[in-house]
Amino acid sequence: MIKCEHIFKSFEGREVLKDISVEFETGKTNLIIGRSGSGKTVLLKTLVGLHRPDSGSISYDDVCFSGLGFSERKAIRRDIGMIFQGGALLDSSTVVENVKLPLDLFTDRSEREKLERVRFCLNRVRLENAEHLYPSELSGGMIKRVAIARAIVMNPRYLFCDEPNSGLDPQTSVVIDNLIHDITREYNITTIINTHDMNSVMEIGEKIVYIHEGRKWWEGSKDNILQADNAELNDFVFASAMAKRAKGSIVK
Amino acid sequence: MFKIFGLIGEYFMLMGKVFSKPEKVSIYRRRVVYEMEALGFDSIGLTAIISVFIGAAITLQMSISLESPFIPQYLIGYATRETMTLEFSSTVVALILAGKAGSNIASEIGTMRITEQIDALEIMGINSASYLILPKIIATVFFFPFLTLLSIMIGVLGGYGIATLTGIMIPDDYIEGLLYDFRLWSVIYSLIKIAVFAYIITSISAFCGYYAKGNSLEVGKASTRAVVISSIVIMIFNLILTQLLLT
Repeated sequence: MIKCEHIFKSFEGREVLKDISVEFETGKTNLIIGRSGSGKTVLLKTLVGLHRPDSGSISYDDVCFSGLGFSERKAIRRDIGMIFQGGALLDSSTVVENVKLPLDLFTDRSEREKLERVRFCLNRVRLENAEHLYPSELSGGMIKRVAIARAIVMNPRYLFCDEPNSGLDPQTSVVIDNLIHDITREYNITTIINTHDMNSVMEIGEKIVYIHEGRKWWEGSKDNILQADNAELNDFVFASAMAKRAKGSIVK
Repeated sequence: MFKIFGLIGEYFMLMGKVFSKPEKVSIYRRRVVYEMEALGFDSIGLTAIISVFIGAAITLQMSISLESPFIPQYLIGYATRETMTLEFSSTVVALILAGKAGSNIASEIGTMRITEQIDALEIMGINSASYLILPKIIATVFFFPFLTLLSIMIGVLGGYGIATLTGIMIPDDYIEGLLYDFRLWSVIYSLIKIAVFAYIITSISAFCGYYAKGNSLEVGKASTRAVVISSIVIMIFNLILTQLLLT
């Protein structure tokens, strides 16, 4: 479980996060949704420790993460996997090298064992026969899959995903969403996904937090988001023509 | 002024991170070999081409300037050797490498910063500064001195070549000049200088790239800034090292 309490964060005097308190549950896919510029990426990066909050606390399973120093954080960071928007694979390394890097640096396993683990993770994300390709030779969907494989290679307890299906076609998006959802269930990890894709929300949104202008505006699940009595949330949820039509059929 | 002190402070803080204990030495060793190839071996061609032409040009210029029956011809070879050893093969080669390797380092690390590759390393619990920058520093500090030695040898060969081809002097006189009053300390001085310059180029370029923000335009600016700052610092340290080591 990841818990944040009264998080404030500003950049050069501009307040981006305003008093955010949320609890993200273990074994569930927790979604942070909101419009572009609402502060959801800053929240995710603050949760993961890339930004330090101006005030407030973040705890990982009752360990106060925001109060730890650089070296103490390192231990928790080895339990964290993160999938970045663009994949953030190392350009100069092949698929295998990218996925194997944490194993190389933090384990004493033999080369054979490490390769076995890498192949297992690549199979898990259904990415075979791409081991020796470089990121520049991969499609958008393949890059995301390698990023997922790298994120799970160390058996993380916490998984963070920053817009994992941005730039992907709808079919590949569903595949990536389901993959993240399955991994979350299978390994009972705390997954936090940052997205503005309503398909993801309706597919895998077990817990949803809506951020609006840096504040937590609404909290719920995919089962009650469509009936929520919240004007700003409704504007966001029913922004597309397809969603408006769906809303019409719900009302009927 | 405060901004400059702020930047210097940030630079030393980054160096503190760079020289902290590596996660696993064997991985760093592999990266050093990779960086030696990328930053060192790949610069051999450029260094060789420039050195051969500069060596030839110095010989030609000296032969014109020292054209007098009262000045022995072997001094042309002597002047070529001294110029190549004391200044060209260390300082000028360092300036050339600041343009090639320096901009390469700054743009590589800057691109990694803006595409979140550095964030990804940090999330994994890797000391990104040390992992990315330390192997580059070790590779250049140990490899650039070989480039300087190569440059000295190819430069004086270039001089010999032009002397032979144009007939401006007797080749034996040129060789006599090369051997005249040879001091090993001049070569050592040159190697010390290039090792210091290698550190300056790599650390400053890495610093500029590591703190790049925004988009690809900013990476380009970081790359230019790396070359400009490295070149200025090289010139300042050239003066300091010459004063310390030669006087």
